[in-house]
Amino acid sequence: MSSKNENTTEGRLNLERTLRDAAQRNSAGNEALAAEFLRRAEQEGLLDVAYAEIDTPVGRILLAGTSRGLVRVAFPNQPPDEVLEQLADSVSPRLLESPGRLDEARRELDRYFEGRLHDFDLPLDWQLTHGFYRKVLRATARIPYGQTRSYKQMATTAGSPRAVRAAGSALGSNPLPIIVPCHRVLRTGGTLGGYGGGLDVKQALLELEGALGSGD
Amino acid sequence: MKKKLPPFQQLLERHQGDVIGFLIASVGPQDAEDCFQETFLAALRAYPRLEDDRNLRGWLLTIAHRKAIDHHRSRQRRATPVGDAPEVADPRAAAAHKKESGIWHKVAALPPKQRAAVALRFACDLPHREIAAALDISEDAARRNVHEGIKQLRLELA
Repeated sequence: MSSKNENTTEGRLNLERTLRDAAQRNSAGNEALAAEFLRRAEQEGLLDVAYAEIDTPVGRILLAGTSRGLVRVAFPNQPPDEVLEQLADSVSPRLLESPGRLDEARRELDRYFEGRLHDFDLPLDWQLTHGFYRKVLRATARIPYGQTRSYKQMATTAGSPRAVRAAGSALGSNPLPIIVPCHRVLRTGGTLGGYGGGLDVKQALLELEGALGSGD
Repeated sequence: MKKKLPPFQQLLERHQGDVIGFLIASVGPQDAEDCFQETFLAALRAYPRLEDDRNLRGWLLTIAHRKAIDHHRSRQRRATPVGDAPEVADPRAAAAHKKESGIWHKVAALPPKQRAAVALRFACDLPHREIAAALDISEDAARRNVHEGIKQLRLELA
């Protein structure tokens, strides 16, 4: 009886193992499957948000875009998983890694960090910012390369000279840093103020642009 | 409470192994890739409207199960036999392939519920509770279908 039991158990284990092994062996090409899925999702217009991570002198940056344009740039001090979850929640959960869709942004950023590009020419999707914040950020997008402004100047340009604190919050919430150059906004008197990506990054960007020490 | 769906990329990375394993066991290695694409495209299409985000793997496997059933139906209509194994150069791999291919033929010949239950149990390692959820049947029925399916396979492979 015990030998019959063993046989049955062994038979079962063999069958189970064969099924498991076969399923695993045949699914070795998961990357190709995922690549083909991405291709077809794009083809059928089902990809609402594409993202990619790129390496830059200030660390690994996450880029995300919609059909309208670049929607989010995130620095390494923000965990990518959190940024992606926010995007899924606030833009669309149809979000896939698709480096090809962000090639143009990557190329422009590469050239910016080499000092060879001063003005970004990328379509932007402003949907993550609204009202006064959007006004401040749109005004910020027009600050020329290598120049700086004060928080007070940005509040004034956006139409509310006394809303200096709100202008600071708007810049702190910038979903498109570097491209919308909030690093060019400093405290009156020239101290750095704040920066979402960390003050060392703000300092590095201003140095790259030769904007430090020029005064305000 | 507002539902928060995770990025679809996360579903793809976490569950593509289970979905392809299930489909290989359900429709065979040759047609599993097409069914895989159909499954994930249907899921991506429906995703923003999904109300219940508690069992995303189960949701994907339910879709995969429906695609597998569609696949078997269209096969029956065309009345073509389950595909032969593609040619493999390495004789050892060929032998393994033949053996596996034999199993897929047998699995494919099971009644749909048993076929799906066996695939979910052994290709995806799903507990009976999750098999029940994916196939929309009771846990008892899930256990019974796995049991009957395996019994049948063992008889045929003996």
